[in-house]
Amino acid sequence: MTAEAAAPKIEIRDLTVAYGRETALRSLSLDILPNEILSIIGPSNSGKTSFLRALNRMNDLEPRIRTTGTIRLDGADIRRGIAAEDLRKRVGMIFALPNPLPLSIFENVVYGPRRSGVRDKKILAGLVERSLRSSFLWDEVKDRLQSSAFKLSGGQQQRLCIARTLALGPEVILYDEPCSGLDPISTAKVEESMTELRKSQTIVLVTNNTKQAARVGTRTAFFLSGEMVEIGPTGKMFTAPDDKRTEDYIVGRFG
Amino acid sequence: MSREGRRQTVGFGVLLLATIVVVVPVVFIVGMIVAKGWSALSLDFLFTMPTEGMKAGGIFPALVGTILLVGVAVLFSMPIGVMAAIYLSEYAKDNLLTRLINLAIINLAGVSSVVYGLFGLSLFVVFLKFGVSIISGALTLGIMTLPVIITTTREALRTVPRSYREVSFSLGASRWQTVRHSVLPSAVPGILTGAILSIGRIAGETAPILFTVAAFYLPRLPHGLSDQAMALPYHLYIISTQIPGIPENIRYGTALVLIGFVLVLNISATIIRARYRKRK
Repeated sequence: MTAEAAAPKIEIRDLTVAYGRETALRSLSLDILPNEILSIIGPSNSGKTSFLRALNRMNDLEPRIRTTGTIRLDGADIRRGIAAEDLRKRVGMIFALPNPLPLSIFENVVYGPRRSGVRDKKILAGLVERSLRSSFLWDEVKDRLQSSAFKLSGGQQQRLCIARTLALGPEVILYDEPCSGLDPISTAKVEESMTELRKSQTIVLVTNNTKQAARVGTRTAFFLSGEMVEIGPTGKMFTAPDDKRTEDYIVGRFG
Repeated sequence: MSREGRRQTVGFGVLLLATIVVVVPVVFIVGMIVAKGWSALSLDFLFTMPTEGMKAGGIFPALVGTILLVGVAVLFSMPIGVMAAIYLSEYAKDNLLTRLINLAIINLAGVSSVVYGLFGLSLFVVFLKFGVSIISGALTLGIMTLPVIITTTREALRTVPRSYREVSFSLGASRWQTVRHSVLPSAVPGILTGAILSIGRIAGETAPILFTVAAFYLPRLPHGLSDQAMALPYHLYIISTQIPGIPENIRYGTALVLIGFVLVLNISATIIRARYRKRK
């Protein structure tokens, strides 16, 4: 693959995340390549989400959580070289459950840009349309942008949340089990938008659904008990994994 | 009837009885005040000066005094209380200092009101030389409501879902932006309700204003915040215990105005909360 030759988008070295005395993630080293969709699979408590939330420093909001090791985004240390607020604009996040704010659809999408001081109405309106189109929601809501986001269905809300993250113009998007509460059709739409976004963005997808990893991931990593067991091209991981545990998990012998 | 059924009936009976025990005194008190005070109520009673050594006339200066007192008290305590609550629940780390502050707030809420009165006397009236004045009384009442406002505001902030904060941070908002745009809008109805209820509480307080502001008999409106003033609860105390021969309907009429004032505040708190809920 040509992507292997490119400089990594995110470089993770020796990352350890601990909640008090419990270690959620142990000494992880990994490169995330530009424009890939890296899916992370593994049973619960394997450290997937702790890993994801280390990448945009959401872990740092929780005083109990200790993070050690280094993470570099385009070569810059995310804990020293970049302010957390700026990092989170570059590394957006989609949560497991759709979590719109109690605002209109429009105001949800422009929440991030407004906080960075964008005031111009034309720019904001353009941003709303572009973001909603990219998350495949525009056609469903274009006539009611001022109505409350809570009136949307769960699947629509999740696509709204994706649009809201896209409005920041992120370089990397972290998905934390984004389809766990969605029906198959909404899931298909979210996955379609992911494949589309990959052209301009780097995506890290944590999922409990191994089939989803197989469908959209370009590479897949398998986490177990706070360690990365194996990482490789998705095709190889699902057909000929090196590690017995990976195979057991994928065929559903545990987890 | 089965044994379970009988037990259930007895259980319900006891609970019902307890509820009645709670409700009956309230109905009785309010009923008595309305029955005995209703005949005194009139626009004249509300808006004229007391005359003949308070044996006749209205309660206008006491009404104005109370409104001024609670108004100034809340203007002072609400911003401070809300800001302190925001700091404690959104910014402060859980350490020894925060715990001491929490402890202080809880204790402050338990201090008896006459102690606040003495404190107000020594700090505002004497030390800061504000004299016996509306400003001294209002500041004393304001300090007294601080723990209530802080506690209700923190409660209101706590009911804002965690995810609102998390999403806001994940979109690159700073802590203050998160509080300002994501947390506060959802907490406003709760904060306002708490503030209004705290007004209701201090409107009826007598002890804190006893040494700091209250005038025994001052049949004119206060000239300014540094003037003394009459106030409803103190006025009620005086005409009920200090002066013989006050007609009964004037005493109960004054009490009726006082509880009516608090009732209006409580109803407006409910309306505000309902309005905000609908808007969401």
